[in-house]
Amino acid sequence: MELVQMQKNLQDYTKSLFLEGILDSQFLQLQQLQDESNPDFVSQVVSLFFQDSDRILNDLSLSLDQQVVDFKKVDPHVHQLKGSSSSIGAQRVKNACVVFRSFCEQQNVEGCHRCLQQVKQEYYLVKNRLETLFKLEQQIVASGGMIPAMELGF
Amino acid sequence: MINSGSCSSLMEVDYDDDHSHEELHVLAVDDNLIDRKLVEKLLKISSCKVTTAENAIRALEYLDALTNNDLKVNLIITDYCMPGMTGFELLKKVKESSYLKEVPVVIMSSENIPTRVNKCLASGAQMFMQKPLKLSDVEKLINVIS
Repeated sequence: MELVQMQKNLQDYTKSLFLEGILDSQFLQLQQLQDESNPDFVSQVVSLFFQDSDRILNDLSLSLDQQVVDFKKVDPHVHQLKGSSSSIGAQRVKNACVVFRSFCEQQNVEGCHRCLQQVKQEYYLVKNRLETLFKLEQQIVASGGMIPAMELGF
Repeated sequence: MINSGSCSSLMEVDYDDDHSHEELHVLAVDDNLIDRKLVEKLLKISSCKVTTAENAIRALEYLDALTNNDLKVNLIITDYCMPGMTGFELLKKVKESSYLKEVPVVIMSSENIPTRVNKCLASGAQMFMQKPLKLSDVEKLINVIS
């Protein structure tokens, strides 16, 4: 495939993630922090996010599976995940966490279980999409091309 | 060569004495790993020297270590919501210290609650910044502090 086509595919793909609300403008902020001196900054931060989130989701599953749910343990985990997803622009994960926190506040176990499922769903979705995005970038770089800057015309 | 009595050379910490760029030294405090990485990057891009701490206690320990060497940071930027000592409590501790009270403290929070903002400003916070931080916010901040 021609380099120009690959670059266009990447731009279209990235744009679709914004249009679907999977990513928000904070992701663009992240990209602004990347340059030639550290070309892997975004993927590094996102990898950290994946590692951290995997751990948090695991802890949440364990906490919610207890006979007596300790909401004092559950809420801080959700708060953490809300914070980091917000920081990298994972909008739908963040929004799912906001809902989750309100159920924590109400000490609603059923509601929390549903929320956890929702958060997991959104998380796996953004994880999958970002992994694809990074693959597309890698293909471009491997072909000797540059990653095009994101057009903000939408 | 005569040595002075107190052999303190082993304890000397080598701090960069080059002030030609007037590089600000910022202490960034946040319990969230991703946020720490981000704020560090934002500050470095704004030409600051950055030290990060994952909680307020570690932050205070670091500030004490600097104090023992007659040094201080130029700015403290801290998350509000942290387990253990909060950013607000850290702010108060800094402002209570006769040595550190002039150091500007900025509070960051994802929740823009007016009572929270006012409480921080009333206790001496330089600024309250909404998370997630943007590059323009940090650049503006550094301009104000410089």
